[in-house]
Amino acid sequence: MFGFLRRTWGVIKRPSVHYSLGALTMGGFLMGIVFWGGFNTALEVTNTEAFCTSCHEMSDNVFEELKPTIHYSNRSGVRATCPDCHVPHEWTNKIARKIQASKEVWGKLFGTINTREKFLEHRLRLAQNEWSRLEANDSLECRNCHSSESMDITRQSPRASEAHERFLFTGEKTCINCHKGIAHELPNLGEAALINGH
Amino acid sequence: MTMKQAFRKTLALGALALAVSASPLLAQESVATLRSGTPLAENASPPPIAPVKNTDLRQVRNYPEQPPLIPHKIDGYQIDLNANQCLTCHSRTAVEISQAPMVSITHFMSRDNQFLASVTPRRYFCNQCHVPQGVTKDLVENGFVDIDQVLEYVSGQEGN
Repeated sequence: MFGFLRRTWGVIKRPSVHYSLGALTMGGFLMGIVFWGGFNTALEVTNTEAFCTSCHEMSDNVFEELKPTIHYSNRSGVRATCPDCHVPHEWTNKIARKIQASKEVWGKLFGTINTREKFLEHRLRLAQNEWSRLEANDSLECRNCHSSESMDITRQSPRASEAHERFLFTGEKTCINCHKGIAHELPNLGEAALINGH
Repeated sequence: MTMKQAFRKTLALGALALAVSASPLLAQESVATLRSGTPLAENASPPPIAPVKNTDLRQVRNYPEQPPLIPHKIDGYQIDLNANQCLTCHSRTAVEISQAPMVSITHFMSRDNQFLASVTPRRYFCNQCHVPQGVTKDLVENGFVDIDQVLEYVSGQEGN
């Protein structure tokens, strides 16, 4: 084992015999483009709704529930896709979330929620994961579209403008504290839990 | 069977046949329906969905027992086994934050008149009784007057 490592290190350390410095740098540069481009393409592909709903776990449960909500169909035709809300848009956080998502690949491979019954059994925990994520980042994914600076509360209904004035603008609460269950159905969590925001 | 009996029977059958064949026509002319003349096998194009009053101002009850109208939109509110989104504002514990009216205490009462800790299952589905008010014309003419107007009328009659 140790000998193998030493031989590999020797190969890396020794100057190239057959290839010119130019070929090596150019080759490295091109391969860099190919790998980095490939990486980014894979990142983009896994960040589309088509990819998310290619698994029946998503398309039969949460995607079906999204369809009648205002985030899928509304008067202006602007809509949110899965990654708009569930994946951070900023690069570092996006990669962090993607690494977390490897757990979801594990879940897919072992069929953690591969039936409706299993999904319903787990949905409270799954929902709570998302709620605590959005609470922790001050509802960043909501605010990517809904900024409080651009929110004209005089155009809102009285109760909405009052609530936003009292809780949103003062920073006392964040979007997800009140707006749970707007894009997917709520799991069974009892009345008190819903109000207290857990 | 005598001649007379046979004649009577024919007459009765004829009258019956006439009644059966004429009745749909009669019904179509005399019964007002919301189909307004659309043939049974066809669907009329539905009227546009009326917008809902979203003023957040409580509206008058036409009679004391009337379930109060909901003065706001309730689009997409989930009311099922898992959750009741009305109660996120109207439950006993939520009203301090929401400043919404609390669900009436009568809704905590079981059918044996026992008060429960929260809304009883038989009162759980809010929109069985409470609905928002659409901004729309009456479907049929409505001559309803409330009790105050009736009393006023009665006292007016007595005064004469």
